[in-house]
Amino acid sequence: METMFMKGNEAVAEGALQAGCRLYFGYPITPSTEIIEYMAKHLPARGGTFVQSESEVAAIYMVFGAAGSGERVMTASSGLGISLMQEGLSYMAANELPAVLVNIMRTGPGLGGLGPMQGDYFQATKGGGHGDYSLLVLAPASVQEMADLTMTAFDLADEYRNPVLILADAALGQMMEPVTFGAREPKRYDKPWATTGAKGRKRNLVTSYNLQNEVGEQKSIYLEEKYRFIQERLQWAETYQTEDAEYVLVAYGTSARIAKGVVNALRENGVKAGLVRPITLWPFPSKVFTPLNERVKGYLVVEMSAGQMIEDVRLSTEGKVPVAFYRRQGGIVPQHDEILEEFAHAFSVGGILA
Amino acid sequence: MKTLFERTQGLTDIPFHYCPGCTHGIIHRIIGEVLEELHLLENTVGVTGVGCAGFAEQYINVDFQGSAHGRAPAVATGIKRAHPELVVFTYQGDGDMVSIGLAEAVHAAARGEKITAFLVNNANYGMTGGQMAPTTLIGQKTATSPYGRQSEQSGFPLDLPVLISNLPGAAYVATVTVDTPQNVFKAKRAVRQAFKTQMDGLGFSLVQFLSTCPTNWGLTPVESIQWMQDNMFPVFRIGELKQPQ
Ligand SMILES: Cc1ncc(C[n+]2csc(CCOP(=O)(O)OP(=O)(O)O)c2C)c(N)n1
Ligand code: SF4
Repeated sequence: METMFMKGNEAVAEGALQAGCRLYFGYPITPSTEIIEYMAKHLPARGGTFVQSESEVAAIYMVFGAAGSGERVMTASSGLGISLMQEGLSYMAANELPAVLVNIMRTGPGLGGLGPMQGDYFQATKGGGHGDYSLLVLAPASVQEMADLTMTAFDLADEYRNPVLILADAALGQMMEPVTFGAREPKRYDKPWATTGAKGRKRNLVTSYNLQNEVGEQKSIYLEEKYRFIQERLQWAETYQTEDAEYVLVAYGTSARIAKGVVNALRENGVKAGLVRPITLWPFPSKVFTPLNERVKGYLVVEMSAGQMIEDVRLSTEGKVPVAFYRRQGGIVPQHDEILEEFAHAFSVGGILA
Repeated sequence: MKTLFERTQGLTDIPFHYCPGCTHGIIHRIIGEVLEELHLLENTVGVTGVGCAGFAEQYINVDFQGSAHGRAPAVATGIKRAHPELVVFTYQGDGDMVSIGLAEAVHAAARGEKITAFLVNNANYGMTGGQMAPTTLIGQKTATSPYGRQSEQSGFPLDLPVLISNLPGAAYVATVTVDTPQNVFKAKRAVRQAFKTQMDGLGFSLVQFLSTCPTNWGLTPVESIQWMQDNMFPVFRIGELKQPQ
């Protein structure tokens, strides 16, 4: 066991190294740069390979090649760079290539600024690139989770043969907290499909090229079933004080840290409040909402966007419970008192603003 | 009985789909033969871009990855860095490598990436129906230069090997043709040299093939060879442009 005081971005990089990441390809962008810099410094020293690519387009295709050859590989960026990777991610999902990528979200659209935002939720969870596919999306809310979920991401990628995205905002990337690394041996997966030279076996072909519609339909059905299987099995969320909750806040990442404080304040004022913090954003943890929908009087979604995850929350409530919303945007983080005020306003719960 | 010629193990049994007179097939065979002769069939990975050239993954008998339009040099970089012991090559059209994938091609060369790139230049976009490529000749009519390519509007043909031969990371660069049996032999020598350059760890190697596209040129196979000799040979610098010191 080793405890270090580090930035969220560094925890991601160290987590990747401890998960057996052998190659890193990337292009610098604030507020994710500590990841590429940590990798440049530490990956070669630990026997791996680091390449700074000429663009995010090239980076994702280098990741494609290394993943297709069976190695653990990663890249990281921020929204703009992740936009450039979308074509490659679609190709990777089509070819079922496991890899980990990280989006340390800054503000958008366009060039935006460097503050934290959660505006890339749709891009991350609704496909982003062309065609029917999904990334597995994990949302850490602390520096410890930046490390832990990155390690988990490598296992999930290999387990389900799909790219896995860590979706965190600039605040999580930049903040410093203690983080503990246990002795965790990387899991090993057989990859008989990888292109490693056709020695003593038939040649392997990693391709999504296919001009026959009948074959295309088979492939689509296969992928659809695979995604449904993942949706059934992988719905993770932290629930906090939801056992007897009448009102539930829903938030992920940095918003969830603030929302948790709001839940505590509400409890101190005698309001039975709780928090659902989705950890898998795709698949969205709808199952967590099913029992709550029967007894909760209202949900309050808190986001750092114009309202993206709220759509999945609404779907998960099946129209049974009112859903209120509070957000700040453009790099501004929602404040504790503002959320309390919105809560009181939305649910006409008096006496909590004193 | 003495066997004079055998089909190479370097090609799969799948029949080529290429148009009659298209020289993609000859180029495939040359590469397959060299891979077999150098005993590389079990430790090579090929990477295709997109286009008619992209079908190479079906025909050349080694492990393959099919990448996106233009991205093969980046994918090949990922494979080679993951497995330096493998021989890695790309097979790309001129639209693929010289247009949409120019950045990936030039940067792979600039990094001295120890991979081999095969560029098949037929002066147009074959698969999508013969549109203008960066390699299209001045005055050449295509589906998107219906009045002939005009330099004022669309610039000039880009001879990628000339550009890349200036980069220190590029160790072997050649442009070859497959219009006559003699030139096919020369082309094969260049392919062998390119793979050897990679195996010796000397840097990036590139072989450009001048190639025909009878279907989109609207010519017979024989006329196509003639057109290529008359029009393409003077524009693209043929020969070994750079050899390892
Ligand atoms: C991103 C993207 N843009 C456009 C296309 C459409 N497209 C397919 S093949 C091709 C051109 C291929 O021409 P070339 O590279 O010269 O190869 P050839 O077919 O002549 O062998 C294009 C534009 C694509 N597949 N992907
Ligand atoms: S379209 Fe042109 S490049 Fe494609 S197979 Fe036919 S002749 Fe060859």
